[in-house]
Amino acid sequence: MKHLLSVADLDAATATGLLDTSSRLKETLLGREVRKLPTLRGRTVVTLFYEDSTRTRVSFEIAGKWMSADTINISAKGSSVSKGESLRDTALTVSAMGADCVIVRHPASGAAHRIAGWADKDAATTGTHTSIVNAGDGTHEHPTQALLDAATLRDELGAIAGRRIGIVGDVLHSRVARSNVLLLSTLGAEVVLIAPPTLLPTGVAEWPCRVSHHLDAELPALDAVMMLRVQAERMHGGFFPSAREYAIAYGLNENRLRLLPEGAPVLHPGPMVRGMEIAPAVADAPNAKVLAQVRNGVHVRMAVLYHLLAGAPE
Amino acid sequence: MTLLIKNAKPYGEQAVDLLVRDGVVVEIGADLTAPEDAETLDAGGHVLLPGLVDLHVHLREPGGEESETIETGSHAAALGGFTAVFAMPNTDPVADTAVVVEHVRRRGEEVGLVDVHPVGAVTTGLKGEKLAELGTMAQSAAQVRLFSDDGRCVNDPLIMRRALEYASALDVVIAQHAEDHRLTGGAQAHEGAVASRLGLQGWPATAEETVVARDCALAREAGAALHVCHVSSRHTIAVLRAAKAQGVRVSAEVTPHHLLLTDGRLTGYDPVNKVNPPLRTGTDTQAMREALAEGVIDVVATDHAPHASQYKDTEWAAAKPGMLGLQTALSVVVHTMVEPGLLDWHGVARVMSERPAEIGNLPDQGRPIAVGEPATFCLVDPDAQWTVRGAALASRAANTPYEGMRLPGAVVATVLRGRITARDGKVVA
Amino acid sequence: MADPRRGDVGDQARELLTSADVTRTIARIAHQIIEKTAFGPGNTADLVLLGIPTRGAVLARRLAAAITEFTGAAPAVGSVDATLYRDDLRRGPARALEDTAVPEGGIDGKLVVLVDDVLMSGRTTRAALDALRDEGRPRAVQLAVLVDRGHRELPIRADYVGKNVPTSRSEKILVRLTETDDGDGVLIEKEPVEPTTEGDDA
Repeated sequence: MKHLLSVADLDAATATGLLDTSSRLKETLLGREVRKLPTLRGRTVVTLFYEDSTRTRVSFEIAGKWMSADTINISAKGSSVSKGESLRDTALTVSAMGADCVIVRHPASGAAHRIAGWADKDAATTGTHTSIVNAGDGTHEHPTQALLDAATLRDELGAIAGRRIGIVGDVLHSRVARSNVLLLSTLGAEVVLIAPPTLLPTGVAEWPCRVSHHLDAELPALDAVMMLRVQAERMHGGFFPSAREYAIAYGLNENRLRLLPEGAPVLHPGPMVRGMEIAPAVADAPNAKVLAQVRNGVHVRMAVLYHLLAGAPE
Repeated sequence: MTLLIKNAKPYGEQAVDLLVRDGVVVEIGADLTAPEDAETLDAGGHVLLPGLVDLHVHLREPGGEESETIETGSHAAALGGFTAVFAMPNTDPVADTAVVVEHVRRRGEEVGLVDVHPVGAVTTGLKGEKLAELGTMAQSAAQVRLFSDDGRCVNDPLIMRRALEYASALDVVIAQHAEDHRLTGGAQAHEGAVASRLGLQGWPATAEETVVARDCALAREAGAALHVCHVSSRHTIAVLRAAKAQGVRVSAEVTPHHLLLTDGRLTGYDPVNKVNPPLRTGTDTQAMREALAEGVIDVVATDHAPHASQYKDTEWAAAKPGMLGLQTALSVVVHTMVEPGLLDWHGVARVMSERPAEIGNLPDQGRPIAVGEPATFCLVDPDAQWTVRGAALASRAANTPYEGMRLPGAVVATVLRGRITARDGKVVA
Repeated sequence: MADPRRGDVGDQARELLTSADVTRTIARIAHQIIEKTAFGPGNTADLVLLGIPTRGAVLARRLAAAITEFTGAAPAVGSVDATLYRDDLRRGPARALEDTAVPEGGIDGKLVVLVDDVLMSGRTTRAALDALRDEGRPRAVQLAVLVDRGHRELPIRADYVGKNVPTSRSEKILVRLTETDDGDGVLIEKEPVEPTTEGDDA
């Protein structure tokens, strides 16, 4: 594995390998006083974030530190254009300073792909390889979120193949949904997207999943449900009439929780909008695996860094 | 000044010699002998077409000289077989006054390789709010015959109605960039499976179709001439066909890239493929080819849009839309239209020279190859194959989507009113 | 599941230990451990057998079973994966991680016997020692191996050796155990297909 840009680049064996490494790391570190592995000593990992996301950045940072990598955070908020320096120049500068891995969060879809392309071109002349990890690009993908969701589902359900997973909410604007549909279907799950038509992208029919507009009809047959965040600003785009109507039709409340099979896990990538897509009582119910997701996030990101940086460069 | 063109096949037919004096064909026949003072162009049995006319180019001057100038754009045009081009007004300052259009026209004449006809803006500053001085521009030394806010749509139906009505009295054409901006806010790519997968906000084909339908109705009522720029959606073709059947004075163009390229190229996020309107699907490119062959789409226009590397070597969303087209247009038409048998060479002459000259109201371009007509030609080697290299193209920018592609058909020479402007891939200054 | 790093047994393979030899050798090492550690029904708290995956972990379980059989008392047994502590990770593609399972009670103050199949350079043992350090602080650490083939690169020696086998570097030692392979045995391959790799005994 050279970069992690899209879940589409992972076949079932590679994805399973990452999840296996993640759970090995989790059990290795479980209950240890010294949560530090020497594996990435001397390697430099840079997080380059063009969007605020404390939880993702910190998760990567902890992952790097627990593997003994030197972890440096660069917050490059604001677009490259307004900042004056192009994304290309910024990325290549960071790479030239000796970063072995650059973890990129950017509001433009495909930004990580672009950086990987520039870095590879640069590597062809300098011979210094830099791995790029997509930590969320626009409305495209968020591969490590999908991996940590898959790790959580595997913990909860024992397996992913053959399970039916519902993804509910703003699929249109969600990179989490895109990565999850791809990864879960690659791993053999049956994915059902549940959303109003206005929050589903044109072309969703060609995705490896089924689409439904009726949450109540789907819940009883789901093995797990993943709620997506609905951003308040979407209300002004005319995607749905009101927060109230959205919550009534697509929010996960206590009554709906009872429609789910007993103990079926509820996932949410966070941050949750309580009262909108998820009722407070549901967010705090034993089914809610939000903190388990966060915990798995660190191990999954350690696994990604391990697979990218521990072995010989490709 | 005398020029003897030996062994040329007009429209790919019987090989002849043509004698040209003072820019006009004076004799066509077999084995003509050159007068003492004559320059000779050995056409080598290649195909002779009337000089190509492009209704849609961006030469970026004034204001965007880091991407293209009228001089470099003229070089690209001559090398691409063009003898007349229409330069869009989205420059800085915008070509919305007589001063700017006259400047563009004059610079074109100074370079002297191709007739540069400035397109005037429909609305002041391309803002879509207030009509620009169409009459003044039409009557200026630039003799503007085509007006467009290209890059932006004249979105307001009332402004568009007024523009068409006003234009009808001036005998000029309104060329519309058909895009309902309310439907395309933030759009980055053709709305469909590829864009949804890539997380790029969609540019729905309906945003083009609905504006064309509206404009055709407005043009019908105004009795005005409407030209639809860069048709990209198969659904627009049905609208055009119906309007033409009703007798609406509407013409339409398609770009070479919308004949050949699809949104399948977007998966690597290389903004060289970013263009407005966006690359659509294979069904659309096929429909474009058929509509062009049928005549529902009248002409091929390049939408030649140079962008310096800093505008393209970016993330997709930040990149400017547009791609080079002048030097590859004929080859793409040969590949997409001639090779599959959709057009013969008469057809190529029609869609790349005769009809564009008619629409742009150019009396001495797109003329038949005949005695007494202007010696304005494009000589094509139909059997040549060449590999596109952006860096080797004459434009200042190198943003060709055809980089590394092998294309058929090469322009061997271009002649403008008896003067060779390009020969064997080199501009004749 | 067979370990792909070991490759297939070639035509040049010669048997060093038969299935019966392997069983006998494990029994002998078990007796040596009992003798050296004074393990028995009255003294079970101290000993922890930790195998280095894959085959070292199997051997540790077999040793534990043998010790239980001979003494009537079961020693603590587990595994410690040293992959994350290796110094040669960058020499090949990223390796899959193996199971680390420290028995309940941990290793603090215990006598840990590390168990591996083949001892060669000593680098795996060193990595395992580093891994142990992060797991706790044993009273002492000993090393048991089925085969010692020489070519040490570090000052490490085994406390319990099943069989010393002089080898050349180009040879390959293949340890096969029923739990991971199809049957027990130790083979030596004279002209290996890949002369540079030696299995996970490096």
